[in-house]
Amino acid sequence: MAFSPEDLKIMDSIIKRYPRPRSAIMPLLHFVQSKAGYVTNEGIELIAKQLDLEAAEVTAVSTFYTQYKPSAIGEYHVGVCTNTLCAVMGGDAIFASLKDHLGIENDGVTEDGKVSLEHIECNAACDYAPVVMANWEFYDNQTVESAKELVDSMRAGSPKPPTRGPNKLVTWKEASAVLAGLNDGLANEGVQAGQPTLLGLKLSKEGK
Amino acid sequence: MTKLVPVLSAHWDEKDSFTLEAYKRHGGYKASEKALAMDPDAVIQLVKDSGLRGRGGAGFPTGMKWGFIPQGDNKDHYLVVNADESEPGTCKDTPLLMANPHVLIEGCIIACHAIRAKHAFIYIRGEVTHVVRRVNQAIADAYAAGILGNGVDVVLHIGAGAYICGEETALLDSLEGFRGQPRLRPPFPAIAGLYARPTVVNNVESISSVPAIVLNGAEWYQSMGTEKSKGTTLYSLSGHVANPGQFEAPLGITLREILELSGGVRKGHKLKFWTPGGSSTPLFTDEHLDVPLDYEGVAAAGSMLGTKALQIFDETTCVVRAVLRWTEFYKHESCGKCTPCREGTWWLVQILRDLEAGKGTEADLAKLLDLCDNIMGRSFCALGDGATSPITSSIKYFRDEYIAHLTNGGCPFDPVASTLFVGAGA
Amino acid sequence: MSEVAVEMITVVIDGFEVTVPKGTLVIRAAEQLGIQIPRFCDHPLLDPVGACRQCLVDIEINGRAFPKPQASCTIPVETGMIVKTQLTSPVAEKAQRGVMELLLVNHPLDCPVCDKGGECPLQNQAMSTGQGSSRFEGVKRTFEKPINISSQVLLDRERCVLCARCTRFSEQIASDPFITLNERGALQQVGIYENKPFESYFSGNTVQICPVGALTGAAYRFRARPFDLVSTPSACEHCASGCDMRTDVRRGKTLRRLAGEDASVNEEWNCDKGRWAFKYITAVDRLKVPMIRDEAGELVEASWPEALAVAAQGLKATSAAVLVGGRATHEDAYGYSKFARLALGTNDIDFRARVTSDEEREFIAAHVVNSSTTYRDIDKADQVLLVGFEPEEESPIVFLRINKQFRKRALKVISIGSKESVGVEKLKGEFVKVAPGQEAAAISAQKLTDKSVILVGERASESAGVFTAVAALAQSSGAKLAWIPRRAGERGALQAGAIGNLLPGGRPVTDSVARQEIADAWSVNSLPSQIGRSTSEIIASVNSDQIGALLVGGVDPLDLENNKEALAALDKAFVVSLEIAPSAVTSRADVVLPVAAVTEKSGSFLNWEGRARSFDTAVDDSLNRSDLRILSMIAEEMGTSLNLGTVTAAAKEIASIKNWQGEPLKMKTASAPAQRQLNSNEALITSWRRLLDLGTLQEGEENLAGTARQTVAVISAKRAQALGVANGDLLKVSTAQGSVTLPALIENIHDDAIWAPRNSRGSQLLTDLNAVHAEVVTVVRA
Repeated sequence: MAFSPEDLKIMDSIIKRYPRPRSAIMPLLHFVQSKAGYVTNEGIELIAKQLDLEAAEVTAVSTFYTQYKPSAIGEYHVGVCTNTLCAVMGGDAIFASLKDHLGIENDGVTEDGKVSLEHIECNAACDYAPVVMANWEFYDNQTVESAKELVDSMRAGSPKPPTRGPNKLVTWKEASAVLAGLNDGLANEGVQAGQPTLLGLKLSKEGK
Repeated sequence: MTKLVPVLSAHWDEKDSFTLEAYKRHGGYKASEKALAMDPDAVIQLVKDSGLRGRGGAGFPTGMKWGFIPQGDNKDHYLVVNADESEPGTCKDTPLLMANPHVLIEGCIIACHAIRAKHAFIYIRGEVTHVVRRVNQAIADAYAAGILGNGVDVVLHIGAGAYICGEETALLDSLEGFRGQPRLRPPFPAIAGLYARPTVVNNVESISSVPAIVLNGAEWYQSMGTEKSKGTTLYSLSGHVANPGQFEAPLGITLREILELSGGVRKGHKLKFWTPGGSSTPLFTDEHLDVPLDYEGVAAAGSMLGTKALQIFDETTCVVRAVLRWTEFYKHESCGKCTPCREGTWWLVQILRDLEAGKGTEADLAKLLDLCDNIMGRSFCALGDGATSPITSSIKYFRDEYIAHLTNGGCPFDPVASTLFVGAGA
Repeated sequence: MSEVAVEMITVVIDGFEVTVPKGTLVIRAAEQLGIQIPRFCDHPLLDPVGACRQCLVDIEINGRAFPKPQASCTIPVETGMIVKTQLTSPVAEKAQRGVMELLLVNHPLDCPVCDKGGECPLQNQAMSTGQGSSRFEGVKRTFEKPINISSQVLLDRERCVLCARCTRFSEQIASDPFITLNERGALQQVGIYENKPFESYFSGNTVQICPVGALTGAAYRFRARPFDLVSTPSACEHCASGCDMRTDVRRGKTLRRLAGEDASVNEEWNCDKGRWAFKYITAVDRLKVPMIRDEAGELVEASWPEALAVAAQGLKATSAAVLVGGRATHEDAYGYSKFARLALGTNDIDFRARVTSDEEREFIAAHVVNSSTTYRDIDKADQVLLVGFEPEEESPIVFLRINKQFRKRALKVISIGSKESVGVEKLKGEFVKVAPGQEAAAISAQKLTDKSVILVGERASESAGVFTAVAALAQSSGAKLAWIPRRAGERGALQAGAIGNLLPGGRPVTDSVARQEIADAWSVNSLPSQIGRSTSEIIASVNSDQIGALLVGGVDPLDLENNKEALAALDKAFVVSLEIAPSAVTSRADVVLPVAAVTEKSGSFLNWEGRARSFDTAVDDSLNRSDLRILSMIAEEMGTSLNLGTVTAAAKEIASIKNWQGEPLKMKTASAPAQRQLNSNEALITSWRRLLDLGTLQEGEENLAGTARQTVAVISAKRAQALGVANGDLLKVSTAQGSVTLPALIENIHDDAIWAPRNSRGSQLLTDLNAVHAEVVTVVRA
């Protein structure tokens, strides 16, 4: 794909957020993913040009961070937390069953390009374990069955909404734009907190 | 007085708690107004007097950190907020930012005033799309309301999946557009941090605690907590408990108290081991239920308060499996810069996999411990040290369980028994 | 810049006191005591990184001990510091042993087939710091075995210990961050961006500083074991930077060359040409025996006495002149200089086998000979002005030195020229863009101080008025001035008087006192007093029958302007050629005398600073003789004694002749030509030689040639638009002599100009166009 003049303008505005241009390398990589789906060579070379860097310097950064993907992934990228706590409480079982259910391995993509699967590390939602992420939105308190239903809904084209997130699951590219720091206007959708987040507050109001 | 004292979390139960309107409804941005009218040094003194200590894990006094910034040096100063919450078990900053991002922005304004910075950066981990939206919107709303942009600018920087960026110098390198690998210290960030300029790096919860301190005063904050660990903090309870969640309480509360008021370990089971502050803090067992959860109390008992991430595991959990999984995490997240951490975590995983599979001998436990000795304190940063904590502490408390794997020829535990959906037909 | 007194600090290491300058790292303070702390990532010329953790020691300061061992390569000494290394601290000893074990866990056991084996810091330190057997029973990390990261450098990631010396060198020293650390954790690895190989002019240094066998050079792979090599200190013959070198020879054959250490010149670095271009020495077609032209006009082998007799006779029979190329050693050049005056009785000698001008000859006689601007002056400069000089291409160590100061303290660099170069971009230099030929006015407009340094290259001779303007600017500002020719021998030849207006030591031939001093030194009554002819005048004089014979040493006529005329002159004159290999001169010569290549003789070059870079014979059993020896033999045959039987004798004689203390020659001023009016399809050519090109000393080095920069024709965006061409479209550049067709590249260049490499594949401007700078060429879409 080619980046449009409009895209270049956005990239320019991203660079201008920072006192020094090189700081923009990470949001620019997210932005490339929002357009191309993953970190393409075209994207690397464009970022290098915009930041007056060698392409090798951009590659050095892009390969360091696991959210930057070296090849195409699914429209909905599913991450199952298999760090200790989630794994023990069901994450391992969820991950195994999703691999089986989708017929793909870790880092695999379904043939229809809809769903990709990755086992992920702790996603800061341990009080909602076991946790599944899709395009880095929260799907809390998952079970094997709920996770299968989730990926089925993705493949059917109408993914279930996140438990703590917007009313509708955005695509990988749309989520990548958010991670590039672009505002998609969905911030006010969804709950302000789930029940575990509020438990202490609730108990204190009960006098505890 | 109740054991739980919501300050940060006081209004999270309002549906629109994350909006500017809701924040202002409860006195939001009054603290920054007050602070901006104060002499910056007085703000630093106030924070020093409050006894606030860093909530990111190390517990360094926040006011003292601010005081390290050279004044009158005619250089740009920077505030960098560490919102890269990634330590296994840690889940406090993420819900805080989802429910109330404005308290962080207000804290940034106050801190920038105190350290004479015009620029604050919030480095948030990239795997939380909706939290990113909330913070970004809050910043936009604060600009629109003229709260930001009049002397203080806040830039949201979004990470891309690297635990090591929670280490403050790796975070700075990452923010400058490099690989997130830790820097040599000295120079310390207070002298040469972001762009080699004096920089304060603080955790989300630390900065978010500041507005209330400014509004209510140092004495109020001091009145809570223990002798050297002041104020309230968020304890995150997770794992095999009846009711996991966030519990804001004065420092010094015990796990027994938190379990009692929240409903205890999950029904029919008993506590086996737990982490006081994330996976990098040495494990505790049921011996430690009454350890006061403050910086000194936990340290005295042989661990660290860390991020107050209380991960609870009951007797269905195989400690070898748990430790192996954490070790795999450290291997995955090792930045690769230094030999002990890069090669050490890689080797530890191989040994632990064998042990979990019942392969090896008791001599391998000695080798494992010796290897930990060669990593702990030999690595470039604390990631390597943290990687050894679960191993050494688990062998200390559960050596027999390791040996049982060897005599049993494999793991004696049924992994299904430890899942939440055991008996639910899964 | 005044030298500030350095504060000294005393520390105790393993019970011994040592006093070192403030800022010294613990690891180097220990070296002062002879205590070797093992290390991998540490390198004295790279920023400390503390990555490998091999150098851990115990430290306490004023009684306060660090809670854990510290990396001694990152900690500067402090007053009151007590250091315990592995020799006295069991904790440090175990820490080091632990790190070594971890480094070896994933290191392959392929030492028997590894080029580094025998000189490997990992191997050596595993012996000193490791343990006899491994506790590792798992599966080693594997990568695809060596991958080419350029045509010259191979990377074996399994052997890599991730010390980051190579990546730090590339970024911090060469400013070529084409290799980086990629991925992370246990998968971290050195790599390139897949579409851009490691084509840095300095890539070989990474091979040399790699502490394991991870980076290897294609040319040396599997050729030798280090302990079978005989090493000789040498100096580089490729340019005037003056690198200290080491030449490694096995059984009479040079197998590799390494950068030597000289803090005041090349530190520990060199360029890839200096490192990897040496096969020309061992080329199969090297001349081995003398040859003379027989009656049928064929060159036939001859005995030395026969060939010398023919040479002497031919040179005596008519008026003769000397052309000596810029690669002669100082001693050889001195021999040519003395030979011209004593055996031939002429000042018709010129070492400048290239495009030259009389203005240049006057400039170097007036301002360069006996001058002493040095690298140190660059270190201290407030700004550096580059005129007709691209350091990265034409004197790479000068580039590294400027770059060091740029990175350290943002040294300001100004470059006057028509096309911005990669090197100047890397230095973030101020590029003063002028039309080719219009440099003089821009030079005069510069504001320099007496702390500034002007570096002017030999290409300044290609624009009238440039040397005049440079001399005036130096005069008015007090700036230091240096002339940096491309070739290694030119400064030495200048000092030796291998030029028509000077005798040795910078003595004007027109000054009777100066002549007498040399006549006395040479034990003759008198010396010729008329200023001799320059290279182009000598050629013209042959073609107009005023000169009948030429003594030619190491000259490629294709390097000369109007090289058709030069070839005609060689065809016409009686030519005695001293050469190492067949060339356009030997094929036209009447007598061909084989001479020793640089590794086969001793001697010295004077680098651009005028600093002697002496070297010994690296290949002992060579039968080849130095030019000097052969010149002496011809002179004897002609009835004149040069008294220069050996290099040692020549060096002694040179040393006895002091620099001229009298008035130097004055320079006549020259003025710049008027700006040319161009038609729309016309441009002014400008060019320089790239470091890696078709130079004769690079022959046979295919791996090296593979890293050369692409041959392109550079035009401005405005011209590209007018021509309707984009990057990569072909352009035809032509003159009356001929044309070249090259892919276009749109860059920062004066709108009137077009740039092409002077001597690269597909672009040999002297022969193809007979135009190199400021001449009008026609540019059209091909």
